[in-house]
Amino acid sequence: MKVVYTDSLVIGGGLAGLRIAIAARQRGFDSIVLSLMPAKRSHSAAAQGGMQASLGASIKGEGDNEDVHFEDTVKGSDWGCDQDVARMFVNTAPKAIRQLCAWGVPWSRVRKGDREVVINGQKVTITEKDEAHGLITSRDFGGTKKWRTCFTSDGTGHTMLYAMDNKAIQLGIQVHERKEAIALIHEDGVCYGAIVRDLITGELIAYVAKATTIATGGYGRLYAVTTNAVISEGIGNAIALETGIAPLGNMEAVQFHPTAIVPVGILTTEGCRGDGGLLLDKDGYRFMPDYEPGKKELASRDVVSRRMTEHIRKGKGVSSRYGDHLWLDITLLGRKHIEKNLREVKEICEYFLGIDPVTEYIPVRPTQHYSMGGVRTKATGESPTMKGLFSAGEAACWDMHGFNRLGGNSVAETVVAGMIVGEYVADYCAQNPLNINTKLIEKFMDRERGKISDLVTREKGENPFALKKEMQQIMMDKVGIFRNEADLTQAVEELKVLHQRSKNIALRHKITSSNPELVEAIRVPKMIRLAQCVAYGAMLRKESRGAHAREDYPERNDRDWLKRTLTFWPDENEDLPQVKYEELDVMKMEMPPGSRGYGVDNTIHHPDTEKRVAQLEETRKNNPTADRFEMQHLLNPLDIPEKFRGKNERIGRGFK
Amino acid sequence: MSDKERVLKFHILRYNPQIKGDVPTMKTYEVTEAPGMTIFIALNDIRENHDPSLQFDFICRAGICGSCAMIINGHPDLACRTLTSKFPDGEIKLLPLPGFELIGDLSVNTGKFMRAMSERVESWIHDNYADSVDLDRLEERMDPDVADEIYELERCVECGCCVSACATKRMRDGFLTAVGFMRLARYALDPRDKRSDEEFYEIVGDDDGVFGCMTLLGCQDYCPKDLPHQTQIAYLRRRMALVK
Repeated sequence: MKVVYTDSLVIGGGLAGLRIAIAARQRGFDSIVLSLMPAKRSHSAAAQGGMQASLGASIKGEGDNEDVHFEDTVKGSDWGCDQDVARMFVNTAPKAIRQLCAWGVPWSRVRKGDREVVINGQKVTITEKDEAHGLITSRDFGGTKKWRTCFTSDGTGHTMLYAMDNKAIQLGIQVHERKEAIALIHEDGVCYGAIVRDLITGELIAYVAKATTIATGGYGRLYAVTTNAVISEGIGNAIALETGIAPLGNMEAVQFHPTAIVPVGILTTEGCRGDGGLLLDKDGYRFMPDYEPGKKELASRDVVSRRMTEHIRKGKGVSSRYGDHLWLDITLLGRKHIEKNLREVKEICEYFLGIDPVTEYIPVRPTQHYSMGGVRTKATGESPTMKGLFSAGEAACWDMHGFNRLGGNSVAETVVAGMIVGEYVADYCAQNPLNINTKLIEKFMDRERGKISDLVTREKGENPFALKKEMQQIMMDKVGIFRNEADLTQAVEELKVLHQRSKNIALRHKITSSNPELVEAIRVPKMIRLAQCVAYGAMLRKESRGAHAREDYPERNDRDWLKRTLTFWPDENEDLPQVKYEELDVMKMEMPPGSRGYGVDNTIHHPDTEKRVAQLEETRKNNPTADRFEMQHLLNPLDIPEKFRGKNERIGRGFK
Repeated sequence: MSDKERVLKFHILRYNPQIKGDVPTMKTYEVTEAPGMTIFIALNDIRENHDPSLQFDFICRAGICGSCAMIINGHPDLACRTLTSKFPDGEIKLLPLPGFELIGDLSVNTGKFMRAMSERVESWIHDNYADSVDLDRLEERMDPDVADEIYELERCVECGCCVSACATKRMRDGFLTAVGFMRLARYALDPRDKRSDEEFYEIVGDDDGVFGCMTLLGCQDYCPKDLPHQTQIAYLRRRMALVK
């Protein structure tokens, strides 16, 4: 039996995983990263648009600070997020971006003087201040009050990931490539690492560690059409679920991005609309202002996606052999801007659509994009029920996004959570000596070896590729952007059948080493379980919140549903997960539930909301001299880790 | 586009070094073309419907991650963004990228090569103060044009096309190749990196470095990101030649 020991095992080599490995390494702990591929190929690289951090250097970001970022994030989440985590996040984001700056990201900078931008379809000249020249600049994104999204031309995720991986290489952190974690090793509620399959040799290796972090990204590939990379299959989530002890949070919270190209679902960044691009219907008519007179194309993603779908349902879509779509018009931005700041978009249009977006409209429609749900964690990033198991980034439900994530907050989360959770991982490594019986390792090793052996010896059975296709189609058709009881019930029932069938997979290519069919056969039953968590959670949640939109329950129902869904899968013979709920406490909220300022406001209020609003008013009235930091502390005394507690400096304002 | 469906013929090198006694062979697969079909879509079709053992690598399938470089009808390119409609006779021959360790069929180990390259050129900001920066304070300023220029050189996706197209590399196994030169040039341009030209010379000032390049410039011809390899190699060479 091959066993590899380390202090901190990180599953997933994207931004979050690498940042956690770096944090542990810098505190003197050995750290190994497992990755399906070279780390620089992780899906983090695909984040074209930017990273939100309230630096406020650009003139259109003036007046921005942590409080404004916090408000935007909480509204974006439709009050589903954990406000303590969101607070910690907004305070740390400026530090994370400045650290990445020191580590080599060539962030686009403020250029003093006049420049022409497009706002609300009009060309406008804005003037950047002399004193901000050379600081990190920012662009507009959906659901934000200020221009807060910092970027590197059109390759933000790419440059962040390269800087992060290069930092890891500098520190000598080993990334074990082409390795897939297929089960967690655990006993009595403590995680001790993972059973890992070498994707080239097929060998099973036990990676034993004090702390294990899941940073495997989202589960977009549960859907037939998604903007996500082909590796975003949620396997990290699934192995946590399969412990039966660690819960997944809010799995039904799935975001659809308004502008993926038709038919292949490749993303065109929100930067297109942030920089002034418009959405048009089959008549070339700009329809968003009719639905959202305030934010128009730049309402939050869940809202824009639904408005687009509504408009298509009214018969205003452009018909094509791949179904109806709408147009994204960036022609008004001009060639120079597109070729510099939206070049990736231009390349995608040229290669995949054969069109030039400088002169032609881009066919787009809402497409699965982001998984708000994931491994439920405490604010420290640790599972509430399994010690030594951590999670960060899209894989986690740390829960700063609630039921809808804002554009630019995902790469921001990866690096901020990486910093914060990385410290807690290091603390855990310092405080918990490894104490494990090799019998336990063997037990898990034998179990996994047995499953693989069953797969390659079974004579006749199900085709894993076919099962996956069926699952993806169910999710597309019945657990999509608008949901209802009948469809969801049917989806749950159909997935039950698939789950049964997935126990009888047989391979045509019966070898245990490098074998794509075996990889699929290992993953597909896991994916079906995740799909079941999404569909079942969506069926039970009888309200609409953020990206979870029920046609039969259109109200956001704070009275009955201001709570987080937790799914467990304690018995692998069952076809459904167990569902529990975690209440969100209005009386502790710095920002009690209210109107988002976009979308439809038809909230059924929580009985505590009024009380809490009055209480906060009272506190504000009684402390007329408190500055914003003192006030924040009074409203929500929060224990931010020492390292990240400092106030952030901004140009023209100092540390105020 | 004509509505008549074409049947494409894919000729693919098959070889699995994990199977003892396996020998490399070319196999042909027929795939019915669909509108907008890319090699990514076609290869998945072959894997799902014809041969589940076929190995290849895709991640982003959008031309961003650099996983899927292979030799397509004689030229290195990213398979995910290559439309099958590009080939009028419907014959498409696929070979794994040369210059890298073969994992199997069309899958090669670029990761190992690229990690070694990064370690060799020390692909990170060299600044003793980088880890003691006060993160609460304003970041160090950078001229906006300099930031843009660095990004231009950092657009490399480590796909390996330049390595496979490099004749010098074929003759000289330790040759750094264009991907390494580009990385070095990127750091040499970055004011945050405090390395001197003498230190860069230590890394590339020999025949395995920038002086070994035969300037056949396959790198320039085949870079899917159109990076300025020719200019950067010439520039580095001149700069290194000036180091005493």
